[in-house]
Order: sequence, then structure tokens, then C-alpha cells
Amino acid sequence: MASGNPVRIRVKRKTFPAIGGRDENTVLRDVSFEVSPREFVVLTGPSGCGKSTLLNIVAGLDTDYEGDIDLGAAHPRMTFIFQTPRLLPWRTIRENLMLSLPDGDPRQNNVDAIIDRVGLTEAKNAYPERTSLGMQRRAALARGFIQEPDILLMDEPFVSLDDPTAQGLRELLVDLWNSRPTTVMFVTHDRTEAVMLGTRILRLAAGSASIKADESVRLSPSDRTQRDKVQAELKRIFESTPET
Amino acid sequence: MLPARKLSPAGATAERLLWTLASLTTLVALWSLAAMISDSRHLPGPMKVLEVLGQESASGALWSNMSITLVRVACAFFLAMLIGTMIGIAIGSYKRADQFFDSWLVLFLNLPALVIIALSYVWLGTTELTAIMAVAINKIPNVAVQMREGARQLSRDLSEMAKLYNFGPWKTLRHVTLPQLAPFAAAAARSGLALVWKIVLVVEALGGHATGVGHQIHAAFGNYDVPTILAYALAFIVVIQIVEFGILQPLQARVMRWRR
Repeated sequence: MASGNPVRIRVKRKTFPAIGGRDENTVLRDVSFEVSPREFVVLTGPSGCGKSTLLNIVAGLDTDYEGDIDLGAAHPRMTFIFQTPRLLPWRTIRENLMLSLPDGDPRQNNVDAIIDRVGLTEAKNAYPERTSLGMQRRAALARGFIQEPDILLMDEPFVSLDDPTAQGLRELLVDLWNSRPTTVMFVTHDRTEAVMLGTRILRLAAGSASIKADESVRLSPSDRTQRDKVQAELKRIFESTPET
Repeated sequence: MLPARKLSPAGATAERLLWTLASLTTLVALWSLAAMISDSRHLPGPMKVLEVLGQESASGALWSNMSITLVRVACAFFLAMLIGTMIGIAIGSYKRADQFFDSWLVLFLNLPALVIIALSYVWLGTTELTAIMAVAINKIPNVAVQMREGARQLSRDLSEMAKLYNFGPWKTLRHVTLPQLAPFAAAAARSGLALVWKIVLVVEALGGHATGVGHQIHAAFGNYDVPTILAYALAFIVVIQIVEFGILQPLQARVMRWRR
């Protein structure tokens, strides 16, 4: 694990230029916060509020913004799990995991173990498009965790799945994270998912978003599997400052 | 209306073969009929052409001419694929390059094959290399255009993934970029083969080469020897079809095997 420095995010302004008849659009304004090591921060807010943009900025995919990002270490291992699985369709699931690591890296020895752990033993030699979306998302999750990252960024990794499948994947994520806690920034618009997974929830306001609320989630690991406790905590966090 | 019949894959293949056979038989029958009606010197029948084919094959002329032409086809084909692919990827990846070179490409696409061949011989002399270059230059713009389309459609999602998972240039090329271009390369290869072998014959005929199918056909044309022209044409069609079904189609199926 890298040093215990927090990740510091300070985005003064992020603007998308006017394209195709759309006006210039400022999606983020004065968004500043810190994430402590091994904290599971969930970024939530209405669609279009800039939460995915923020994650792309932290990942270094978007460098056109005013502000600065301090990742807490010179070269932290950072992994991104995307909204779509983004597996190479012409490589098998196992090959996709192997390719995500440098050749000869010792972490490649853990590939089969993590494939077993996420329940893809039978499908590991299949091409991704010949498996279900749920399985592809499992593979994407495995590819993220096999990196043993210092910082894990996730952008709605469980959307467009049916409820039981999404729930199974959430439990898998919690399980993987518990056995190797790492600093997480997780974007979702699903409040229940936010409360079930996060140790802290940052709510972004719609339009030129700034942070609207910053709440710790007061749930024990066992509470998180209980529907009524999750619902009660959801009420506490989200109904104190209703959505505008 | 007849109810739709369900055929097993083997049954479907057999039926397709049967149709092909019926269609080819009809063609040969029509040819024989036309040959009987018309002057047999201008249009010899199938049996006459087969007879000439047998003679050419027995003397060895067919095989030596075919093989030398096939070597030229292969050289021009690989040269065109290589250069065309590099140009296509370069202009498909960089918008500026595309804007700049687009008009060049249009020019070369519309330049008649005959002009390229004539100018090549004038400027470079009638050498073996000129023949191959002239054919390749004819084909390069087509390959470049198809590969440009492939490069334009490269997935940004996957290149972001490759960047964040530190693939590096070599791994990105091999595992991310080339597999996406493979279908375009396969299409370019198949249409390319068809074009290249036709142009090779013209180049051989015009360049005064003493060998090759093009030379044989040119010589036969001088003698109004229609059976020899048809015999070589027939032999060449068969060889190119063997390359198509024996090499190109299986290759294409292989690079697409991951598809659902």
C-alpha cells in the first residue's frame, strides 16, 4: 500500500465547449474534497451533474479543467472500472485479465484464483460477447481488483443489470473490498446502492455542480445487508437536504 | 405459399452446391450452344478450350506462366496491403493528415490503371520491379480508403481502457488496434486480390514481358487464337477461386471467430 496521504481533489471549473448547437456548459464549479486512505466514497447526484466527468478528471483521462488533483503519492496504482465492461471482445476472459498486467508480473499468478472467486471458472476461456452482461461485469471487477490498486475508481459499474444480478455483484464488490481495502471513489445515481456500499456519500447538486452534502454512512458491515437499516440510513442522508 | 423448409447446416450446404452446379452447367450449355451457332474461330466451344488447356498443361507452358504471374500477384498484393494499410491508419488516426491527403487519395483512386501502368514503364523502365510497383500503386488507394474507415471507427472506450491499464504502444497495437482493423483488412484483401490479378495481366501484356499469363494472352490475341485466351482465363479463374476459398475466407472466419 502506498503512503497514508489522502487524495486531494480541487476542481475550480470544468467546462465543455459549445458543440453542435449546444451552449457552453459548465458542469463542475468549486468541487473540493479529500478522500482518506481506504475510504469508500460514493459520488451521487442527478444525471448530468458531472460525477462521471469528475471521475475522468481524477483518472487523468480528462486534463482540460481548472484545478488540481493530488493523488497522495507520486505514482499510485490507479484502476478504473467503467460503466461498460470494456473487455477486449477478441480475447477470452482469462486473456483479458492476463493482458491487464505487464508480462511476467507476479500478479498474473493470481488470475485463476480471482476468476474462481468471482464465479467465472466455467467461462474463463469464453469470449466476452458469448457470456452474459453480468458475467462480463464480473470479469471487469476481477480485472480491477487483480491490479491490487491503491485507488479504485468506479463509474456506475452495475447499471443495466437486473436487480438480483446487480445485488450479487454489489456483494461481490464488498467482499473483495473487505479482503483488500483500498481507496475507492464510486459514482452512482442509485441511492440504495450508495448507502449499501459507501462509508461516505458526497452528493453533487444538479447544474454547475458543487458539493451539496457530505455525509458519513453509519452502518456496520452486517447492517448493510439488512434492507430496513439501509432504508433508514438512506432516509437520514437524503431527506435532510432534499433534491432540488 | 409454400411453408418454409428447415434445413440442417449440411443440408443447406448440399443445396447451395447443387444450385451452383446447376448454374454452372447451364452456363456451359449456353456457351456450347453459342459456339455451335457462331463461327467456331471466334467462339470455340468448351471441349476445344479444354483441349488447348490440356496441350498447354502438357507442354509445361501453363504451369510456368501461371506460377510467374502468381508470384507477381503475390508481391504486388502484399506490397499494396502493407503500404495501403500504413497510409490508411495514418490518415484515419490524424484528422489533419486526413484533411490534407484526402484530395491526393481521390486523385489516385480516379487515376485510370492504364495511366499508372504507362507512366511507370516510361519513368522506371520495363523491369520486373516496375511491373509489381505499377500493380501495387493501382491497389494502394483502395486499401488505404478501407483501412482509413477502420481507423476512424477505432473504439475510444477501448483505447482509454488500454491507457488506464498501462498497455503501452506495442500491446495496444497488437491486442487493441489490429484486431479492430482485421475485418477491414480482410475486406481489403478480398477485393484487392480480385483487382490485383486483373491488373497484373494488363501490366504483363503492356510491358513486353516474355513470361506470364498476360504475355500469353497478348501473344494469342496477336494470332487471333481465341481458344488459348479462354484456356488461360479459365485456368486463372480456378486458381484465384482456390486462393479465395482456401486461404482468404478461412482467414477471415478465423479473425472473426470471437463474434457472437
